[in-house]
Amino acid sequence: MKKDHIILGIETSCDETAVAIIKNGKEIMSNVVSSQIESHKRFGGVVPEIASRHHVEQITVVLEEAFRQAELSWDEINAIAVTEGPGLVGALLIGINAAKALSFAKSKPLIGVHHIAGHIYANRLKTEFEFPLLALIVSGGHTELVLMKDHGTYTLIGETLDDAAGEAYDKIARSLGLPYPGGPQIDRLAHTGEVTIDFPRAWLGDESFDFSFSGLKSAVINYIHNKKQKEEKISKEDIAASFQASVVDVLTEKTFKAAQKYDVKQVIVAGGVAANKGLRKSLVDKFSTTTIPVLIPPIELCTDNAAMIAAAASIQYERQQFAPWDLNGKPSLQLT
Amino acid sequence: MNILAIDTSNQVLGIALIKNNELIAELITNLNKDHSSRLMPAIVEIMEKTELKPEMLDKIIVANGPGSYTGTRIGVTTAKTLAWTLNIPIYTVSSLATVAMNGVFFDGYICPFFDARRKSVFTGLYKWENKQLNVVKKETNIDMMTWLESLKEINDHILFLSPHIHSFQDMITSSLVKNASIPSGSIHLPRPSNLVMLSEQIKESSVHLVSPNYLRITEAESNLLIQQKDEHSHG
Ligand SMILES: [Zn+2]
Repeated sequence: MKKDHIILGIETSCDETAVAIIKNGKEIMSNVVSSQIESHKRFGGVVPEIASRHHVEQITVVLEEAFRQAELSWDEINAIAVTEGPGLVGALLIGINAAKALSFAKSKPLIGVHHIAGHIYANRLKTEFEFPLLALIVSGGHTELVLMKDHGTYTLIGETLDDAAGEAYDKIARSLGLPYPGGPQIDRLAHTGEVTIDFPRAWLGDESFDFSFSGLKSAVINYIHNKKQKEEKISKEDIAASFQASVVDVLTEKTFKAAQKYDVKQVIVAGGVAANKGLRKSLVDKFSTTTIPVLIPPIELCTDNAAMIAAAASIQYERQQFAPWDLNGKPSLQLT
Repeated sequence: MNILAIDTSNQVLGIALIKNNELIAELITNLNKDHSSRLMPAIVEIMEKTELKPEMLDKIIVANGPGSYTGTRIGVTTAKTLAWTLNIPIYTVSSLATVAMNGVFFDGYICPFFDARRKSVFTGLYKWENKQLNVVKKETNIDMMTWLESLKEINDHILFLSPHIHSFQDMITSSLVKNASIPSGSIHLPRPSNLVMLSEQIKESSVHLVSPNYLRITEAESNLLIQQKDEHSHG
C-alpha cells in the first residue's frame, strides 16, 4: 500500500483566492474560496488589476482559514501545489509567489499545476477515474474536449475556434441587460422560457470536435437589436432558452460522438459552465441510453477552487514532478 | 537577530540580510527582467551564502511601494507569506523613503521619485533631521511639472534621487526649482539595506493587512468615476 500524502493547493488564476488541503488526491480536508465577484460586478466583468489587488489582501487570510478547517500542522503537509497557468498573469503571480514562500519556509516540494487539469481532477474528489476517459471542459475561458488514456496525460481532440461557451453566455447576458455574471442568470431564465427561436448551431463538419460560438453570439445579439429597432416586445426567457438550447445541443452532440469514437469508460464535465442545469440535464439524458457514466462535480467544485489543484497535483507528487524556484506564471500554458 | 529585507517595487531587485545589527549580505540587480521568476532563487542564494535557514529568521521587511504594481505585489506577497508561515513580525517601508535614504547626510531636502507614466511621478519630500528621515511633503501621484512648481518656494537645496532620473533631468533643471542637486551614478538606485534602518522608525504591521501602497486607484475605477460624474452632470 502506498503511503498517504497531503497536499496544500493554491489557486489565484482569476477572481477567486482559494486554498485547500487534500489527502491522497481524493479526500478534502479543507477547501476555502474567497470570491471577489462583488468587486467586479460594477465593471461587468473581471478587472485584472483589481483581481490582483484582492489576491494580495486575501492570500494569508485564506491560508490561515484552510489550516484552521483542516486541523493540521505543517509537519503533516507533504507538498505545496499552485496553479501556474493559464489565467490572468498578475493574478497567477500572487498564488505562485505565496506558494514559493511556503515551500521555501517549510522545505516542502513545489508543484506547478495546469488550471484545466485541475478542473478535470475536481471529479476525482468524488469518483475514481477509469481510462480512457473523455473530459468536456466549459468555462468563461475554455471550451475543450480532452481525451485521457492515463493519469496526467491529455490529448486535445476539440476546442473552440473563437469564443468560449462561458464567454458567449456573459455577452448575451449583457445584451439582455442581466447582471454580471450572466451565465447563471441565463440558465435561470432558460428554465421558464421556451425554445421558440431557431438560433444557429455550428457543427463544423461531421468529423470535427471543435466548437464555434461567435456566429451564435452575433445571431442572438442581432435578433435582440432588430426587435428593439422595430420596437417589438422580446421575451428574455425565450431568448435565453433558445440560446441555451443551441449551446447545449452542440456540446452534448459532440461529446456524445467523441465518447463513442474513442470508446471511453467515463465522461467528465468540468469548469464553471458545468454548473449549468440545462447542460447537466442534456448530457445525462443523452448518455442514459449508454453504459457510459457522466460525472459532474458538485457546483462548489465546478467553479474555480484549490481542491481541484491539489487533487491534480497528487499525480505529480507521486511521480516526483516538482517545480524549480524560478516557477513563473504562464498565462497561456498548454495542457499536454 | 536575523533580518531579511526585500524590495522588488521597481526595476531593481534587492535583498539584504542583517545579522546582529550588521549587514552581512546585500544583493542588487538592475535589469529589465521579471521579478517573479528571480526573487525566490535570489533569496535561496543569499540564505545559502550566509548559512541561514528560514526558521532562523526573526524579522521580515518589505518595500511596499509606490512603484510597479506587479513588482511590488511580488515582494509583498513573498514577504507576507514568509512572515505568516514563520510566524515572525513584518514591517513595511515606503519604496520612496528607501531611495531618499541614499541622501542620508544631505544638508537640505531630499526628493525621491519614480516614473508613474504620462509625465506623472510618485514622489514626496523628505529631510534628514534628528537622526531620522522625516516626511516634509506627503507621498503622492502627481504631474511632474505641477510638483516642481510646488517646490519653487523652497530656498534650501533639494537633492533629486530617482532610478528614472534621466527621463526627468531636463524638466528639473529647466524648472523654477532653486538649488536643485542632481548627482550621478548608482546613488539613484534603492538599496535594500536602507529598509532595515527605516524600519527602526516604524511599527510592526499586522500580517494579514500588509498590501502595496499603490498611491493610485485602478484605471477601471477612475474610468467608472468619470462616467458616473458625466451621467450626473448630464442626467
Ligand atoms: Zn477555471
